[in-house]
Amino acid sequence: MTQFSSSASKSAAPRRAFGLSLARAALLLVAASAGLTGCNKKSDAATAEPAGSNSGALATAPGKAPVTLLNVSYDPTRELYQEFNTVFAKYWKDKTGQDVKVNQSHGGGGKQARAVLDGLEADVVTLALGYDVAILADKGKLIPDNWQTRLPQNSAPYTSTIVFVVRKGNPKKIKDWNDLIRDGVQVITPSPKTSGGARWNYLAAWGYALKQPGGDDAKAREFVSKLYKNVPVLDSGARGATTTFVERKIGDVLITWENEAILSVAEFGKDGLELVAPSVSVLTEPPVTVVDKNADKHGTREVAEAYLNFLYTPEGQEIVAKNHFRPRDAAAAAKYKAQFPDVKLFTVDELFGGWSKAQPTHFNDGGIFDQIYQPKK
Amino acid sequence: MRFKTRGVLPGFGLSLGYTVLYVGLLVLLPLSAMVIKASSLGLSEFWLKVTDDRALAAYRLSFGSAFVGSLLNAVFGVLVAWVLVRYRFPGRSIVDALVDLPFALPTAVAGIALTTVYAEHGVLGEPLAKLGLKVAFTPLGVTMALTFIGIPFVVRTVQPVLEEIDPDVEEAAAVLGATRFQTFRRVIFPALLPATLTGFALAFARALGEYGSVVFISGNMPMRTEITPLLIVTKLEQYDYAGATAIAAVMLVASFGMLLLINLLERWARRAEA
Repeated sequence: MTQFSSSASKSAAPRRAFGLSLARAALLLVAASAGLTGCNKKSDAATAEPAGSNSGALATAPGKAPVTLLNVSYDPTRELYQEFNTVFAKYWKDKTGQDVKVNQSHGGGGKQARAVLDGLEADVVTLALGYDVAILADKGKLIPDNWQTRLPQNSAPYTSTIVFVVRKGNPKKIKDWNDLIRDGVQVITPSPKTSGGARWNYLAAWGYALKQPGGDDAKAREFVSKLYKNVPVLDSGARGATTTFVERKIGDVLITWENEAILSVAEFGKDGLELVAPSVSVLTEPPVTVVDKNADKHGTREVAEAYLNFLYTPEGQEIVAKNHFRPRDAAAAAKYKAQFPDVKLFTVDELFGGWSKAQPTHFNDGGIFDQIYQPKK
Repeated sequence: MRFKTRGVLPGFGLSLGYTVLYVGLLVLLPLSAMVIKASSLGLSEFWLKVTDDRALAAYRLSFGSAFVGSLLNAVFGVLVAWVLVRYRFPGRSIVDALVDLPFALPTAVAGIALTTVYAEHGVLGEPLAKLGLKVAFTPLGVTMALTFIGIPFVVRTVQPVLEEIDPDVEEAAAVLGATRFQTFRRVIFPALLPATLTGFALAFARALGEYGSVVFISGNMPMRTEITPLLIVTKLEQYDYAGATAIAAVMLVASFGMLLLINLLERWARRAEA
């Protein structure tokens, strides 16, 4: 150990000085992990940002100069956009002769939105919920308020839904949502407070209860409360919940995105996982948008818009379906029909009046989800 | 005002200036930004946010398990340091290196590893569950994780001090008729106390802020196994920056107070020793 102090009158003193500077460092750690600015998103951004901010200079020369886009997305779209970016780059090169490189940043949806809000210069965002994109308009003024009407289908070029994954042979005979509230069934779902995906799970269960004969808000609330009584662990994110269920073998049923479920079953199928589709579920509409302020600053609006529009083309829709998201395009939907189970779907707009209402009612501090866990006084 | 005592080496002014700048830029600046953000809440709203049931439950868990964890480390860390310094045995350097591992490991890795071991189908979790003891997804699991990450702090602060204590001193005590217990209580313990307190304080501060490893093993059940840093992340997830910084400010003030207290205790122990 090196000595830091020159006044080493007592042998223990230099070590003590070292120890104390560590104490300061530890204090700083407390602050850092308290989420001042969040170091995680910095690391997410680190790989992608330089390219994103350079693109302005590169794109000013029209035509041939190569251009870079930064697409900030959420976790499960990694494989989808890997494939899509290559195909789009080829399409754009053929059409305009310009090279385009799309950098990707993935992470939890909420964290990603905060990163963009705090200055990560995304040209486009492709996030998990409308709520996370809306915040870019409300708080950041990065996009106009009417962002969701700028592209077809609520700006969601692909959809998905919420399904169940159970153990091989379905030992607990889980067929539908009402099986999840039975005694002795353990349900794995992440915390809707920290995970965007988990909010879809919660709303899907709520919507199921509403849609039952005689269903109303009171009954739905009781149903959801019972369901969460059967949840032994609330992981902080969707990937964590999958680990709990698949690796640690905790729980009888995992509630998850359909695209993730198809992947898990394909990957762990021989170890004994099965996909079960409930009778009713929520249509998840992950929205996409150009981040106007950043795209204009980088001069990338044209290519960014083309990028998102390309998602809606038959070619884009094919890639979407291949990666287990439900395509909007009828032809692609027909072609990949077999992999998507038949589920009656409702939207958040239909049953909950949109995310701007669902979020505060159910998930913000003091909302219904918190009340479920609040001890009775 | 002049500083009368002159050191052997020059440059007091320069180095003090640098210290102030360094601490100011790296510590005070971000912290004051946080306080400013938190103060965007009104006083009553601030109070409401930092004292609701859920926050109180989280403070209890965070401070309680951090305290127990660092207390365990204070006791067993001294033991480990003692063994490493006083005995020569095969594999000693490996044990010595292992002590630092919780430092180097990304905390998420530590959390996943601990959860794998202690979950109900884990290597240790399964037999413990048969004995009726659940570790993962309980406050016990949180304490376990916080103990794990705190190990190096006590060992590494006590070790060098212990190396400086000459075994002759113990022999002298023995020659003068002290019993073994008296030798420990009157000779060794006072010499180790300041360093142990420092180690305890470091481990405690580290444990309070720990997020990565705990969220995996805690299960994050509201009111039961939710640590304060998770509550902060939860608030950020709702874009409630002010609420998040309010909770952070409470933690900051509390940990600063505790560190200060421990520093005072340490100074007292040092003086008592002298």
